[in-house]
Amino acid sequence: MSPSTKNTSLKVALVGNPNAGKSSVFNALTGLNQKTGNYSGVTVDRFEGSTTYYYQQQKHEFKILDLPGIYSLFPNSKDEEIACKTLLDPNEQIDVVVIVADSTNLKRNLLLATQLIDLRFKTVLALNMIDEANAQNIVIDVAGLQETIGVSIVCLDSRNKLGFNELKEKIFSANVSSSIFYDLNASNIKSGFNYRNAINESLLDKTYRSSIENSDKIYRYSVINYLITKFVKSPAQLNRKEISAKIDGITTHKIFGYLILLMVLFLVFQFIFYISEMPMAWIERLFLNFGQLLSQQLPAGQLNDLLVNGVIAGVSGVIMFVPQIAFLFLFIGFLEDSGYMARASFIMDKVMRPFGLNGRSVIPLISGTACAVPSIMATRSISNLKERLITIFILPLISCSARLPVYTLLISVLYPKSVFLGVFNAKGVVLFMLYMLGFVVTLITAFFLKRLVKSTESSFFIMELPVYRWPQLSSISLMVYNRVKVFVTDAGKIIVAISIILWFLSSHGLGKKYNEISEVYQSMKLLPSSKVNHEELQKIETLKLEYSFIGVLGKVIEPAIKPLGFDWKIGIALISSFAAREVFVGTMATIYQSGNTENTESIKQKLLKETNDAGEPLYSAAVCWSLLIFYAFAMQCMSTMAVVKRETKSWKWVIAQLTFMSGLAYCSALLVFNLLN
Amino acid sequence: MINLTQLQKGQKALVKSFTSDVLSSKLIEMGCLPGEILTLSKIAPLGCPLAVRVSGYELSMRREEAACVLIELVN
Repeated sequence: MSPSTKNTSLKVALVGNPNAGKSSVFNALTGLNQKTGNYSGVTVDRFEGSTTYYYQQQKHEFKILDLPGIYSLFPNSKDEEIACKTLLDPNEQIDVVVIVADSTNLKRNLLLATQLIDLRFKTVLALNMIDEANAQNIVIDVAGLQETIGVSIVCLDSRNKLGFNELKEKIFSANVSSSIFYDLNASNIKSGFNYRNAINESLLDKTYRSSIENSDKIYRYSVINYLITKFVKSPAQLNRKEISAKIDGITTHKIFGYLILLMVLFLVFQFIFYISEMPMAWIERLFLNFGQLLSQQLPAGQLNDLLVNGVIAGVSGVIMFVPQIAFLFLFIGFLEDSGYMARASFIMDKVMRPFGLNGRSVIPLISGTACAVPSIMATRSISNLKERLITIFILPLISCSARLPVYTLLISVLYPKSVFLGVFNAKGVVLFMLYMLGFVVTLITAFFLKRLVKSTESSFFIMELPVYRWPQLSSISLMVYNRVKVFVTDAGKIIVAISIILWFLSSHGLGKKYNEISEVYQSMKLLPSSKVNHEELQKIETLKLEYSFIGVLGKVIEPAIKPLGFDWKIGIALISSFAAREVFVGTMATIYQSGNTENTESIKQKLLKETNDAGEPLYSAAVCWSLLIFYAFAMQCMSTMAVVKRETKSWKWVIAQLTFMSGLAYCSALLVFNLLN
Repeated sequence: MINLTQLQKGQKALVKSFTSDVLSSKLIEMGCLPGEILTLSKIAPLGCPLAVRVSGYELSMRREEAACVLIELVN
């Protein structure tokens, strides 16, 4: 008999405590058959996947929904609330609930398990990390426990992928337990209510919730204590916990703790700043070569230009971020999975709190010095929504690596002999000042934001310090893959769209003058490169940019930027670098016809020679400092905006951030220019 | 009766009750409920937060949260 094509499909929800290894179970079940979506109207990601199960040669599909981790059905955060509401939502049509429990710590995991059983779901209890429980000589009487609680139990070792076939079998044959742990009718809270109705009501009505919540939990724990004494035998001294405590002696030590954290941060910084540079350069070269190849193969014209300078440049701008995102998430995966992140958070909480931040904001803030994009994505580990939003908001204020080329150029104009106060290296000193300025302004902003952002979520710091364990590379790789995929598909769309708009604005224009220039330019482009007068071509390119839409815009905004000491040429550079600040250098090179955009030295020489109407040097100290400060604070990065939109699920935060940063950049540049001029 | 912040590192105590309703439900669900024995296992280098071992887990909480947990010393 051939496998039937008839597909029965079951919807399975994975529920469990944070740290119970739920995501490794999800990964082991679904592999690459995962997709990330949204719960409507909230910032929480929805992870769904699928797996197949064959029973009597019939194929069955299980749709697996991985819900955010919860400790009980009484939620304390947005994520937990989503998990509870989704479970109870009749439209979700959940057929089976799999409770993932940590076998080494059954007691607290059973609280949620008994609640879910009382909701009358078809339930399977998965005792995860059974390998670790065995290693610690914890003995669980599975048959006895199964009989008492009335639902199937399966033991899982997700590290070695053991027990998953049995899990699928048990899901397929899952049943509703005949026992009820805690009957609200019996305690006569609201007669005629079953447990599901009561939980539904408690999600809507705070007063009702507080009337049932504590007695529910306390009663359940008394039952659980009985179950644990009867079915679980664990040695008095747990080896792993002692080892964990010893490691903690160092990682939370008042000197070594901070030294280790500093080392971890240094490593993160190295990886994102330097090691990512190589693959990023490869990607850049690959796309550049591909673009050149394409532009030679295709007939010259609008389409060619759009593809090469609009689309390919845009896509390359998206892919460029992949190495940084991958490295940062690889690191974060290791720090989270090993249990170290909780310790870092533990020793940093007091330091970060005055600024409305959280111990977990430390990693994103440090990696922000390399790039705000992966750092904003990394704020996910901050569970408090308010603290997470504040961290996202302030992150782009930290000087990132894309500001370096801009800073380098301007500092070289400011200090042509690269000496500062006689002895110091100018670049080193000014860069240090700019980075410090970034940090200080970031913290001050956070401090004020803390008072502005309203939050209904209570800010608990009651969290578990899990025992240390070896991170699982397979699970982390899958997480990295999913993060990269989400960035490329979600934020990528916005980045490519803005690239194309900017390409259009800089390569198109209106009016007779522009058309004439454009014609000359086109005819020169058609000549074989040996016959082209390169100086002539550069002049035409500069003229073409001047009369394009961007050039016109640069002149339109000149009155607005005049107070900062900028002319329309800088205006053009400001607009064209709106998508990515490092474009500033390239645009300046085009405007000043310095030819080689790779070579800062030649642009520097041109800028030093520029004079204003009065015949004084245009790039005076006041103008250079004004520009430096402007680029230190201005948003000028569409990738950051796209990622903020993706992470906050709303344009509101993007607009607020853009407005704030532009305002801050403008006012500080104005102040600096007038102080120095 | 004393509260959790008055405990010395390494000392054991019996959880008696809580002074905050919101906090009590969170603590109870994490396994820190009246009748359980806890041990103060860590104090962060800057004095806050604290960590306690209770019900087989280690929980960390801020000082003001710990102040809501009323306890009784045991030997």
